[in-house]
Amino acid sequence: MKTTSIMIVGVGGQGTLLASKLLGNVLIGQGYDVKLSEVHGMSQRGGSVVTYVRYGDAVYSPIVDEGEADYILSFELLESARWISYLKEGGVLLTNTQKTWPMPVITGAAAYPEDIVEKLSAMADVRAVDALSLAEQAGSPKAVNVVLIGVLSRLMKDIPEEAWTRAIEETVPAKFLELNRKAFALGREGKQ
Amino acid sequence: MKKLLLGNQAVARGLYEAGCRFVSSYPGTPSTEITEFAAGYDEVYAEWAPNEKVAVESAVGASLAGARSFCAMKHVGFNVAADPMFTASYNGVNGGMVVCVADDPGMHSSQNEQDSRHYAIAAKLPMLEPSDSRECRDFVKAAYEISEAFDTPALLRTCTRVAHSQCLVELHDREEHALKPYEKNPRKNVAAPANAVLRHAEVEKRLDALREYAETTGLNRVEMGDTQIGFVTSGTCYLYVKEAFPTASVLKIGLVNPLPVRLIRDFREKVDRLIVVEELDGVIERHLRMNGIAVDGGKDLFGCQGELSQNKLRRALGVALPDTRRFDEAVPGRPPVMCPGCPHRGLFTVLSKLKLTVLGDIGCYTLGSGAPLNAVDSVLCMGASIGMAHGFTKILGAEAAQRSVAVIGDSTFMHSGITGVVNLAYNKSIATVLVLDNSITGMTGHQQNPTTGLTLQNEPTCAIRIEDVCRAAGIERVRVVDPQDMAATEAAIREEIAADAPSVIIVRRPCMLLKYVKAKPPLRIDPDKCKGCRSCMKVGCPAIRFTDKKASVDPTLCVGCGLCEQMCKFGAFEGGEGK
Ligand SMILES: Cc1ncc(C[n+]2csc(CCOP(=O)(O)OP(=O)(O)O)c2C)c(N)n1
Repeated sequence: MKTTSIMIVGVGGQGTLLASKLLGNVLIGQGYDVKLSEVHGMSQRGGSVVTYVRYGDAVYSPIVDEGEADYILSFELLESARWISYLKEGGVLLTNTQKTWPMPVITGAAAYPEDIVEKLSAMADVRAVDALSLAEQAGSPKAVNVVLIGVLSRLMKDIPEEAWTRAIEETVPAKFLELNRKAFALGREGKQ
Repeated sequence: MKKLLLGNQAVARGLYEAGCRFVSSYPGTPSTEITEFAAGYDEVYAEWAPNEKVAVESAVGASLAGARSFCAMKHVGFNVAADPMFTASYNGVNGGMVVCVADDPGMHSSQNEQDSRHYAIAAKLPMLEPSDSRECRDFVKAAYEISEAFDTPALLRTCTRVAHSQCLVELHDREEHALKPYEKNPRKNVAAPANAVLRHAEVEKRLDALREYAETTGLNRVEMGDTQIGFVTSGTCYLYVKEAFPTASVLKIGLVNPLPVRLIRDFREKVDRLIVVEELDGVIERHLRMNGIAVDGGKDLFGCQGELSQNKLRRALGVALPDTRRFDEAVPGRPPVMCPGCPHRGLFTVLSKLKLTVLGDIGCYTLGSGAPLNAVDSVLCMGASIGMAHGFTKILGAEAAQRSVAVIGDSTFMHSGITGVVNLAYNKSIATVLVLDNSITGMTGHQQNPTTGLTLQNEPTCAIRIEDVCRAAGIERVRVVDPQDMAATEAAIREEIAADAPSVIIVRRPCMLLKYVKAKPPLRIDPDKCKGCRSCMKVGCPAIRFTDKKASVDPTLCVGCGLCEQMCKFGAFEGGEGK
C-alpha cells in the first residue's frame, strides 16, 4: 500500500498534539507502519504549529512536503491558507472555520484575508466545519480537536468506527471520556 | 511489544535497556524529553543539573564510579559543556558514558544552527547518528559498547526531526551492568600536563582504532540498488533519500565520526554519480574530498542552511515535483507570542514604555522582542544579558546605565547568570539586572530548576533564593516586585537604574501555565465606554482585537489577568480583578 500523508495544522495551544496522538493510535491499531512528526518547544506559545502523520506498508520520511498531503486537518482558517500548498492533487482540506488572529493582525501590521473558505474551495476539495460550536455543544471548547478527528474519520472510509472510539478510550483521560465521545460523534455525524 | 515512540522517548528506552544508571541534563529543545522519560524508569537515576557543564561533570563522576552514565543537551548546550567534554576525551571512562547532543537545523527553537559534528571531530570523540526512533534506541546501546570498548565518552547526535518524530519500536528488556570497580588511577584521571601528554597519545591511538572500526561496523550500511546515483547520507537525510529515490544505492552512515574511507571508496566505484546528502555543514563531503573521493554533488546542491526534505532533494536533482496550488494573497505570519496572562507581559509593557535599552537573554521573555512591545535590544546566549549590560555600561557610562537593564529568567540565572552578577559587584558595575522569576523553566516546557524547590521527580528540595544569591555575591541593592502591578514595577525600575551601584530587581510571579495558577474569568469591554485609543493594545495580548474602531476581548483566550484594564483610562473593562 502506498503511503498516505496527513497534516494537522493549527495554533499552539489548540490541542493538535492530542489529535495526532489519537490518529497515530488508530493507525497502529490497523496494523500500519506509522510515522508522526511534530515540533515541540515554541508550540505552546501561540505560534503556527504543524504535525505530520504518515502511514502505509513502510514509511520513510517523517515529514510531508508540498503537494503530498492526502488530507489536511486544519484547526484555524488562516492556517488553512498557509498550508494549502501541501495538499496533493485530489486531496481534501478539512478546515475548522474558527479564526484566531495572529499578532501581526492584532497590531494592524497585516490584514486577515477575507473569504478564505470560498477562495480555497475554488482550488481544492474543501470541507469547512464550525468545530468550535460543535465542541461547545459537546460540553467544552477544548474538544475542537476531537470534533475535527470525528470529521476526518468520515473521510477515511476504510477505518471502522470502533477503531476510532477505541483509540479515544486509550488516548483521552477517563474524566474527559464522555465529553470526547460526544465531540467525536458530533464531528462524525458531520454538520458540514 | 511494539510501541510508537518519540525519538527522545526511544533514547530514554535505550538508556533503560542498556543498563544506564545515571542521567544528568539541562533542558534544551529538542533534547528535553529524553531526561523526562528517563526519569520514568525506577532503575535510572535522573536529575536536572543547573547547566550542561555541571551535567557532564556529574556524568563523568558517575562513570568514574563505574556506572553507565548519560547527559542530554541541545547543540548550544554543548558549548557550555565543551570544557569538561574535551578533557573527558583524554581521561576516558570507567563505566560507559554517552552524551546526546540535539541539533536544530532550521532553528525551530534555537538561536543558531551550529553543527555538532565539528565538536566530535575537534574533541576526537566517536559520534553516532540515528535516523529514527528505532535507531535511537539501538544506537544508544551501540554507543555504550563503543564507549567501554574504546575507553571514550561517546556522542549521539540527533536533530529536531529525529527527536520529535515517532515510529514503532520493539521493546526489549533491560540488561543490568554491574558497577565497574573504581580504582585510583591518577595517570589516567588527573589531567595534569605530564599525564595528559601520555593520554593524548592514547587518544590518537584510539582514533585510529575507531577509524578501522568505522570500515566494518554495522552502524554504516550499504544498500545497493540502481547504480546511476549513489547517495552517501546519514540521520534524517537518509529517510528523505529513501522517500525521493527509493531504488537508488545508498551508503547510510551511522557512525559519523570518525568516518570510513575504504567503505566509501568501494561504494564510489560501484556507482556512476556520488551525491552527499547532509543537513548543515558539508562534514561528510569534506571528508570525501580530503580523501580524494570524487563527489558529484553535495553542498553546491543543498546549501548549508535549514532542514532538507524529499522535495528539496527532488528539486536539486531535477526530479519533477508534485503539483501544488497556492493561496495567492499574503498570509500573515503567526510568530509565537507570550501567552495570555504571562507574567513577563507586564514587565515588558513597562520596559517598552520607558524605552530602555534591554540587554536580553534566552527564555520566554525573548518574546518581548516582538511587536508591539519591541522591547529587547540584544539576545546572545544563556546568561549573556548580565555580562553584556556590564560591558555596555562600562563603555557608555552612567547615562547609559540610567537607560538600560539586563533581563534574565530564573532558570537562566541559575544556569549562567550568577557569575555575571559576581562580576557586577567585583568590577564596580552600575548596571541593573531584572531577574524574571516565573518559578519554572518555561520556554522548554516547564522543567523544575534550583529556584523552584522541586526536583525532576517533583520531590521537595531546598529552593535557592535568588535574592540571597545576589546579596551573597556582593549586590546591596536587591528588591522584589510583582510585574502584575505595573505602576510599582515602573517605580522600582526608575529607582534602580538611577542608582549609582549595581542592583538586582527580582520580578516575581509564577507562569500562567503552572497547574496551581488559576485563570480568572475573561474580561469584557463595554463598547460604549471604549474610545478606541488602543492603549490596551500596547500590552501585546493575543486575546485583544481591534475591529470597527473598538477593542474587544476573545473570551476563549482571555485568562482575566487584567493588565489591559490597567492601561485603560476610560474604565471600559468589566469583570476583571486587575489593579
Ligand atoms: C546553553 C543553552 N542551554 C539550553 C537552552 C534552551 N533554553 C532556552 S531558554 C531556556 C530556559 C528558560 O527558562 P527561564 O530562564 O526560567 O525563562 P522562562 O522561559 O521561564 O521565561 C532554556 C533551557 C539554550 N538556549 N542554551
